[in-house]
Parts: sequence; C-alpha cells; structure tokens
Amino acid sequence: MTELQGFGDQIALGAFTTLRTACTSLALGIGVGLCGALAKRSRFQLIRWLADCYTTIVRGVPELLIILILYFGGTVALTTVFGRYVEVDAFAAGVFALTIVFGAYATEVFRAAIQGVPPGQIDAAQALGLSKFCLWHLVILPQMWRYALPGLGNLWLTLLKDTALISVVGLEDLMRKTSIAAGSTHDPLTFYSIAAGLYLLFTSVSLVGLTWLERRADRGVRFAQ
Amino acid sequence: MNLHLIVEVLPLLLEGMLLTAQLTAASVAIGLLIAVPLALLRTSPSSVLSYAVLLYTFVFRGTPLLVQLFLIYYGAGQLEWIRSSAAWSILREPYWCALITFSLNNGAYTTEILRGGIRAVPSGEIEAAKALGMSYALRIRRIVLPAGFRLALPAYANEVVLMLKASSLASTITLMELTGTARKIVAQTFSPYEVFIAAALIYLGFTFLIVCLFGRLERHMTKHQQRAGLKNNSRSRIRAAAKISASQKVAP
Repeated sequence: MTELQGFGDQIALGAFTTLRTACTSLALGIGVGLCGALAKRSRFQLIRWLADCYTTIVRGVPELLIILILYFGGTVALTTVFGRYVEVDAFAAGVFALTIVFGAYATEVFRAAIQGVPPGQIDAAQALGLSKFCLWHLVILPQMWRYALPGLGNLWLTLLKDTALISVVGLEDLMRKTSIAAGSTHDPLTFYSIAAGLYLLFTSVSLVGLTWLERRADRGVRFAQ
Repeated sequence: MNLHLIVEVLPLLLEGMLLTAQLTAASVAIGLLIAVPLALLRTSPSSVLSYAVLLYTFVFRGTPLLVQLFLIYYGAGQLEWIRSSAAWSILREPYWCALITFSLNNGAYTTEILRGGIRAVPSGEIEAAKALGMSYALRIRRIVLPAGFRLALPAYANEVVLMLKASSLASTITLMELTGTARKIVAQTFSPYEVFIAAALIYLGFTFLIVCLFGRLERHMTKHQQRAGLKNNSRSRIRAAAKISASQKVAP
C-alpha cells in the first residue's frame, strides 16, 4: 500500500489537471456569462432571442452529451477541414464544453444580479453624466458581484464535479488516472475512495473560500441587528 | 447533415429513451422516499441526527456522480462479504448499480431542497397547529410536509431535470440508454452530428415535458393562493424561493 502502489504521483498529476481544467473553464465561463447577460438585456430582439435559445438548449441537454458532441463533432469537422484525420485535444474540447455549460448557467445568475442593482443607482450615474463604460465599471459591476456570488459559488462546485465527465473522452484528469490505477491494481475500492476524498477536499476548501469571499463582498453593507 | 440517417436511427434512440425515462422516474421516486424522512431528521431539533444526515448529503453532493457510480459498480464486487451475500446478484447488474447510485445521489440533493422548504414554512402555521392540539405526526402530515413541499416545488423541478441529465452517465457502465445508444450508433456510423444532435433534441423535449408538468403541479398546489390575489401570491413565492436558495448555498 506504500505510495498507493506507485500511483501516488499520477493521481496528484491528475488532480492538478482537474483543477487546471476547472479554473480555465471558470475564467472563460464568467466572460461568456457576462456577455450572455448583456445579450439578454440587449435592445435588439434578435440578440435577446439568440441568448434565450443558448441558455435554454444548453441547460436542457446533458453535460456528457455536450462533451461528446464537441469532441467527436470537432474531430469530424477538423478532419474535413484539413483533409486528413485530426483528433481534437481532450483538454481543449473539455474546457470548451464546460465553458459553454457554465456560461449558460452564469448568464442567468448575472442577469438576476444585474436586476438586483437598484435602478436609482443607474439613474444617478446617468444623471452625473458617467459614460457607458464608467457606468458598468464603477456602478453596476462592483454591486452585482455581491448578488452573483452565492449563485456563482454553486456553479463553481458543479463545474468542479463536472470535470470528471471529461475523463470519458480521455482527458488525463483525476478521474481517469484513478480509473487507470484501479484497473491495473485490481483495487477499485481504494482508488475510487481516494478520488472521492480528493473531490470532497476540493469542495470543502472551495466552500471555505466562498464563505470568505461572500463576507468580504458584504463588508460595505449594513444589516439590521 | 444527413437527414435520412436521423430518420433511420430515430427508432433506436427512442428505444434508448425508454430506459432513460425509466431510470429517471425510478431514481426520482426512490430519491423522494429517501429524502422525506431524512429532511425531517435534518430539521429536527436533535443536532446529532441532523449532523448524521448532513454527513450523507455532504458526501453525495460533494463528489462527482461518476465517482459514486464507479465506486459502487467496480468497488462493491471487491468486498468478499458482498460477493458471498444475496446482494451480489443485484450489485452485479449495471442497471441496479446505476439505479442505486442515482437514487442515493438524488435523495441527497432532494433532502437539502426539502429541508429548505420545511424551514420556510411560516412558524405561525405550525404554532396554530399546536394550538389546535394536533399531535407531532399529524402536524407533519397535514401542515409541515404539504406546505414545505409546495414551497420547495420550483427547486425540486430543477432537481428532476438535473436527474434526467445525470442519467446519461449510465452509459459509462455499459447501459444502453439514450446517450449509450447514441454513442454506439456513432461508433458504427461515425456521423456524430446527426446522431448526437438527435439525442440532444430528445433530451430537450423531455426537459420541456418535465418543466411543463411541474408548472401544472405548482399551479394546482397553489390554487388557494391564487384566489387571494396574484400580486400578493407571487411576492410571497419570491420570498420563499429566496429563503430556499439562501439555505442551499450553505452546503455544496
């Protein structure tokens, strides 16, 4: 049992890949979510309609299926474009898929958060003659962050767990490394328990971090005693 | 896009859909059976029982469903006492493993959702029931559970949709449900767009069906509030929903 039968390093490497995938998707997904929320508030009906379609479709289809569509579909598309067999990188396809999924849910979170900013604040900013950029940068974004944080925290926890799905198309993440170790040592119980423990650790650390962030975001707000 | 292929594989996909529907319905039903008593324990004044239930929901909500599925499907066979017991004939089958994992997972999420609903029941209603001399069991049956479930219904509808989507993971342990069937057809024909998009559309239709059914159920269950005036009703619902979502964020 020493050093997990030589698989300790591999599992640590896999855990690192899992975190890297989740963080990359988080950063990209927040960008997609902000754009989606802006699109849902757009003046043009077509853009609003497109944003509605995006969130409805992505939230109604299993994440696994989206990963499979992008991985196999991407391979077919690239093969047609280049005229020879090209396989999509599992990391790229996985991050792309998770970004799309996260972005759809984040769109709804951000949309609700923007609505949470009191309209008087926006009127006041306009009355002061702030430009559109300053209005978002100085007034709306700093305040909506506080409303968006609880929803965003839940999405991050879901995202962290969804990275395990990319192992199905061959990303060498924690889940896949564990499967390999479990297969070659014929000891799935131990290895999957270790994986479960590691995911639980990531979740717990995230929860502590989120609580801290929420408290920090609330520091300027006065609550009734 | 080869429309001919879509028409050709549609019967196969619909066959897979039946298994998906069956898995989802069974997991949701068993999950609810698990969740109702656990949610009552979770809201009980006894902190020992509450923490025991919290441990269950924390573990099942904090780890990926795929890990839980593999742990039960591959891991359970490793234990000698399971192999030699009668349970082995069940745990050997991928179908039962998937059903057990999904039910436990769904039960954990539903427990926390119901807990949010039960905590949002106005304390005045419970005090009124006490004042009328209702026993604990009667209070739970007549007041706490119906009112709590009604308040938790929007969040619960989301959870059922999530369960439908999660059932696609059964394809990783060789079950031929909708996603599994689609993967098999793609492996044979190598035309991922047509087949996967057809499967996605079936899932989408299913999601709409669930959302629609729950919308009706909710309208049916809140009939008495609609008569009191729509504006008031929607405001109290928004307040309850905010309360429930606030209670959700405490655990993963």
